[in-house]
Amino acid sequence: MSARFHPTDDLLLAYAAGSLDQAMSLLVASHLTLCPRCRAEVSRAEALGGALLDEQPPSGSLDHLLDALLCRLDDPEPIVTRPAPIARPGSILPRPLQQAVGGDLDGLRWKRLGQGLEQALVLQSGRSRARLYRIAPGLRIPEHGHDGTELTLVLQGGFSDVNGHYLPGDIATADEDVVHRPTADETVPCICLAVTDAPLRLTGLVGRLVSPFLNL
Amino acid sequence: MKDAASTADAGVLTEWLVKVGRDRDRQCFAALFQHYAPRLKTYLRKLGCDDALAEDVVQEAMLAVWRKAESFDPSKAAASTWIFTVARNLRVDRLRRETRIEFDPDDPLLVQDEPAGADDQLARRQSDDQLRQALHDLPGDQATVVEMSFYQECPHTEIADRLGIPLGTVKSRLRLAMSRLRSALGDDVR
Repeated sequence: MSARFHPTDDLLLAYAAGSLDQAMSLLVASHLTLCPRCRAEVSRAEALGGALLDEQPPSGSLDHLLDALLCRLDDPEPIVTRPAPIARPGSILPRPLQQAVGGDLDGLRWKRLGQGLEQALVLQSGRSRARLYRIAPGLRIPEHGHDGTELTLVLQGGFSDVNGHYLPGDIATADEDVVHRPTADETVPCICLAVTDAPLRLTGLVGRLVSPFLNL
Repeated sequence: MKDAASTADAGVLTEWLVKVGRDRDRQCFAALFQHYAPRLKTYLRKLGCDDALAEDVVQEAMLAVWRKAESFDPSKAAASTWIFTVARNLRVDRLRRETRIEFDPDDPLLVQDEPAGADDQLARRQSDDQLRQALHDLPGDQATVVEMSFYQECPHTEIADRLGIPLGTVKSRLRLAMSRLRSALGDDVR
């Protein structure tokens, strides 16, 4: 099944340019795993990056660096200590997300936000936060708005809001103008990765009541 | 070869990179260095590196090009695109001390492409030429935001500041630019 809701062009372009922070990069890379359409878009944006590189005015000659570099070509490669990819058959987490959480859903520290709603922080970079949410089937999240942008990638199950019905691979985009009240599908618990670049602003009465406890 | 390097066309550059990967050809590597190193330095300087740091990252990037050249596939990308991505990842690692997060093509969750047209080098080069032409044909205000996207560390808000326009305008210009590029490539069906 292919995703129907995608990141905006400017986000894909920023990902290709290498200027997104880690939380946003994690969301985009996880979506790319599930979306051939956006992989093609990012490849095109990278081709733009390459075309622009060819057109840069060259700095002065760097031939003085070349000789030293030619001598280093046969040096042994440093051993990179990257965490080995964790093979978790049956995981619903795309690899970039598995690496960010260092395992699978069971290894996360889940925090209960309310009846049927749990949250786990995956990573933070600057003002951005990437969190996983686990939402009980059929649950309605308190109505809330956003001071910045909130992007939500569905990994399992689905949810609906005023803008649509989101299924695995889809990204829901909410910004300052969106006040919504997402409702999880009735089938299975909805699991999604949400990235915010500013705290959420809860608007409804319930939202105002629970907001101090949510650490949103 | 030195003169060739400063005016090399995309096909020649790609050929050099293939020879570096396949034959470990040092002469081709030197030629690639002479073309790309001064351009990579300009790229890094625009992103705010000082002279010494820019030269340092250029050397590391070109060393990475040598080491990874075997994995370059000319049916998937032009040499310039591949070298851009190598330098970009190195910049994120070195300058932000973060690891670039990418999808894993071997991920069991990877949703595959529908079988598309032939994945050959000629088709890839034609679309690359079309892309370059389309980039040149963009209206000036759109071309500016596209270029700045690749040459600002914090692009969209900073572009808005530098040009004195709202963030929404930056984003809509980028969207217009991308949709023009898509339609120039006959690829606006999705």
